[in-house]
Amino acid sequence: MGLPLPWPFDRDYMQLALAAGLVVGACGPLIGAFLVQRRLALMGDGLGHLAFAGIAAGLLLAVWPVWTAMIAAVGGAIAIEWLRSRGRASGDLALALFFYGGLAGGAVLSSRATGADANVVPWLFGSILTVEPGDVWTVVALGGFVVASVALAGRALLSVVLDEEAARVAGLPVDLLNTLLAVLASVTIVAAMRVVGVLLVAALMVLPVASARLLARSFRTTLLAASAIGAGSVVAGLWLARRFALAPGGTIVLVAAAVFAVVASAGTGSGVHSPAPPGTTDR
Amino acid sequence: MRAGGRASRPTGGRAIDRVLTADAVSFAYGAHSVLDRVTLEVGSGEFVALVGPNGSGKSTLLRIMLGLLRPASGSVQIFGASPRHLQERWRVGYVPQRSSAAGDVPVTVEEVVATGRLARRGWWRRPGPADRSAVDHALRAVALSDLRHRPVRELSGGQEQRVLIARALAGDPELLVLDEPVAGVDAESQQLFRDSLVHLVREHRAAVLLVSHELGAVADDLDRIVVLRHRVVFDGPPSELARRGVSLGVHAEDLPLWLEGLR
Repeated sequence: MGLPLPWPFDRDYMQLALAAGLVVGACGPLIGAFLVQRRLALMGDGLGHLAFAGIAAGLLLAVWPVWTAMIAAVGGAIAIEWLRSRGRASGDLALALFFYGGLAGGAVLSSRATGADANVVPWLFGSILTVEPGDVWTVVALGGFVVASVALAGRALLSVVLDEEAARVAGLPVDLLNTLLAVLASVTIVAAMRVVGVLLVAALMVLPVASARLLARSFRTTLLAASAIGAGSVVAGLWLARRFALAPGGTIVLVAAAVFAVVASAGTGSGVHSPAPPGTTDR
Repeated sequence: MRAGGRASRPTGGRAIDRVLTADAVSFAYGAHSVLDRVTLEVGSGEFVALVGPNGSGKSTLLRIMLGLLRPASGSVQIFGASPRHLQERWRVGYVPQRSSAAGDVPVTVEEVVATGRLARRGWWRRPGPADRSAVDHALRAVALSDLRHRPVRELSGGQEQRVLIARALAGDPELLVLDEPVAGVDAESQQLFRDSLVHLVREHRAAVLLVSHELGAVADDLDRIVVLRHRVVFDGPPSELARRGVSLGVHAEDLPLWLEGLR
């Protein structure tokens, strides 16, 4: 690309990393806000594990892992939503079934994959510094889909996650919207895989929301603030990673965690006395 | 503009459009019968209260009438259609029992009330001037205009309940159904709640079905009371109930005692 940006984004590979990272950092929290509202903050984590199984299957079959990850994540998300809506398993148990199954499945499949490209570690922790222009376009396309969906269906999704029964009485297509949310979560995870890896992908969706909810007073400003914090964490994380030769995926997430620690301990915001820690599920 | 077939029945020369009818509805949870051939009507512009002790089947009946449950037998019609097939869902405003209007992520009073417009305008459409005006009107009706930008989690229980009422009012419904809206709510909120219901009935000619243990605040405004105990044991004007020596300030604990006289 060769844009005249200041250090550390003066090199092409850093600019590609920045582009992919900004999209993911800004879009992840948009979906994370709905998951947190629904007390499903850990869903991102579990879908990441399923995506890992999909990646391993892709490596084994010599298929582009993004496709197989998408199939695994979307399929798993819809199945989880189906179980949840029918009350077939309590939220935690249903998620555990899929998550550990996904992780174990991925471990087994990847052990069978051979060849130079069969390394799963970059997918576990991200490999943002090796993204190519094609990867950036993929991330931009997925991010665009997420933003367009939130712009179109965001108010309806809010209505459903606030009060599903009232939304159903009002005639909103609740099942469709729940499925849409599950699909959006999967798409976000697959987009974020390259940036922070499947093990940390949920953090980038949820931690900025955890910070924003302490600062914001409306849902709209929560979305905007979380998006800004996510994008800012990517910029700061990449800066620190290049400066100190750190793993960029982990550094980005640590920055997001540090922001949350600062905001939570400062005790500012709209009078929330005891904020629930990120990832808390309530049954 | 009211479309759709609607049956009318003359009552003393004045035709009443039936907005909501339950006809011989029965329901059981397993072997436990909860509703036994319940028949109930609400007419346009009527203010009807549904009372009964805990476990009498009120909530179940409500859920069946709103299309959330299917009756084992019998039928329900809202505006001439079965609840699941009613196209113009915005004609029904529903105020659920207050679990919580708030959640883990901040949301303002205005944002919650605005979700009440989604059914009316189409959920995928952007809000327009009519939506903003309806939200303003709903907030004024429950006296929450000053708090419209306040996060819901900062409100009292009574204020939160008024938010849910405003959400239902925002869709400009022709039938408002409320499930235990004033349980544990302060007196000022109860009075405001009563004012907003009366406004709806008198100004908008809407019908109101109120499920509640506490009728003190609305006692003078009710057209009919229906007492439910798995079956309808009383359906008539409050004056008739008063004639039988029953006070409308009764609380849940008192109901079993005077229901004996109504069997």
